Amino acid sequence: MRLARRVLPPAILLLVLFGAWELYVDLGGVDRLVLPAPRDVARSLFEDRSLLLSNLLVTAKEVLLGGVLAVVLGFGLAVAIQFSRTLRAAVYPLLIGSQAVPVVVIAPVLLIWLGFGLAPKLVVIALVSFFPVVVTTLAGFAAVDQDLMKLMRTFDATRLRSFWHVELPATMPRVFTGAKIAVAVAVIGAVFAEWTGSSAGLGYLLNQSIPQLLPARAMASVAILCVFAIALFGLLSLAERVAVPWAYQPRGEISP
Amino acid sequence: MPAKGATHTILPAPVKELDLHQGPAGVCIENVTRTFATRRGEVTALARMSLTAAAGEIVAVVGPSGCGKTTLLEIICGLQEPDSGTVRSAPAALMPQRDLLLPWLSALDNAALALRARGVGREQARATAAPWLERFGLAGFERTRPAQLSGGMRQRVSFLRTLLAGKPVLALDEPFASLDAITRAEMQGWLGQVLANEPRTVVLVTHDVEEAVVLADRVVVMSPRPGRVVADLEVALDRPRHRTASEVIEIRESALECLGMDR
Ligand SMILES: Nc1ncnc2c1ncn2[C@@H]1O[C@H](COP(=O)(O)OP(=O)(O)O)[C@@H](O)[C@H]1O
Ligand SMILES: [Mg+2]
Repeated sequence: MRLARRVLPPAILLLVLFGAWELYVDLGGVDRLVLPAPRDVARSLFEDRSLLLSNLLVTAKEVLLGGVLAVVLGFGLAVAIQFSRTLRAAVYPLLIGSQAVPVVVIAPVLLIWLGFGLAPKLVVIALVSFFPVVVTTLAGFAAVDQDLMKLMRTFDATRLRSFWHVELPATMPRVFTGAKIAVAVAVIGAVFAEWTGSSAGLGYLLNQSIPQLLPARAMASVAILCVFAIALFGLLSLAERVAVPWAYQPRGEISP
Repeated sequence: MPAKGATHTILPAPVKELDLHQGPAGVCIENVTRTFATRRGEVTALARMSLTAAAGEIVAVVGPSGCGKTTLLEIICGLQEPDSGTVRSAPAALMPQRDLLLPWLSALDNAALALRARGVGREQARATAAPWLERFGLAGFERTRPAQLSGGMRQRVSFLRTLLAGKPVLALDEPFASLDAITRAEMQGWLGQVLANEPRTVVLVTHDVEEAVVLADRVVVMSPRPGRVVADLEVALDRPRHRTASEVIEIRESALECLGMDR
């Protein structure tokens, strides 16, 4: 019943949207090379399934590795900034500035430096998705109750032990929030990196399908990217519930 | 409401003293002034405040809210420096105003936090804390997280955490202010028993005058901000004390009078 309530609304919404789209293409006399009908996309999903799958695997690998890189990098930077006032003053403005540099400019340069392999993709993905992790993690550190840190001092805790016992666990939920944003951005990053220069991946397939006049295949690629992103997000939510269950536990007393 | 100390049989007979504190020691604060610079100008929290607590003595500090009680405890615990005056105190552990239990730790691990903070290993810290949880009437709740504990249980875990810090001085900041009246009366009886079995030098901050008289050897009354001493009342009564006893009421009335709350 609860599951039905969660699944039904988006399912109905999708059905209505696809229905309207199908009717519009069928009855409106739209050129299907300009806008394929959902039916055409579904056919491509079926007929091109092995092609789509093999390219998904390429993109998935990039997103996963790049995502892990982004989280490790972002988290590490946030911890370093948290521990050093000097580093905060020196690095934080640069980090914010780095987000203003258009990846469109960097990606082709990376191709020249790193070639057409996995490396430039990981760099692009990490570059676009580490920042949310830094920001959310730092917000987590800033939100740590200072009275708790004072308490740890009356217990003679070293800076490192206060971090380990209080700041780190208190911040974990925020790190997950950052990671969730990061995976969504990482998928876009991967497609863009493939778009710029590659010979495989859903971004590559997308790029090839348009000049080949296969718009339905392009849309099928996009659909798979969407499902992939949602799945990653769901997996992270699941991991979050396992790793920081206390952040979800309802308040309520077991006994008087 | 009669809350008889005799009904509190949570604690078994005194248990062999754990080697937690480095011998008895007291607190001596003299002419301490503490001023905060705020956006609206300077706020003087304490003005020439003095307080002594002899080793093993329970001193209650009562005063209106905002008179600098928390500031005083933080100075005793070394978390703040006074602007002037002298502070001499044996090492003190704080029991903060809010229970401040860590929501991700079980009751047992919360109680053992002070040990972990000192670098004691997880298993050893748990082994040390576990028997105390039982003595504090928390058996069966070792693995329960704070969100699932009642207010009274949370305060007991918080107090145990402070106790296990192993400092000779306990600085208790309105430990029962957040509890309902019935639970508060129960916890006051409980704390009286615990301190009878585990003597420590205690500075108990409260704005509940009755609590102060029932628990303390001396009641220090503070003025509204800037806080300083307006009265220092001796409570030379046998324990356990009943809040309805005429001597208790007498001292309570004179303390209230010093607070300017007499009719
Ligand atoms: N860190 C601080 N910065 C500015 N003002 C403070 C600070 N700490 C306490 N004060 C002020 O000092 C006064 C005493 O505070 P506090 O010691 O918490 O009082 P109490 O615990 O008796 O209620 C209050 O007016 C409070 O606003
Ligand atoms: Mg206070």
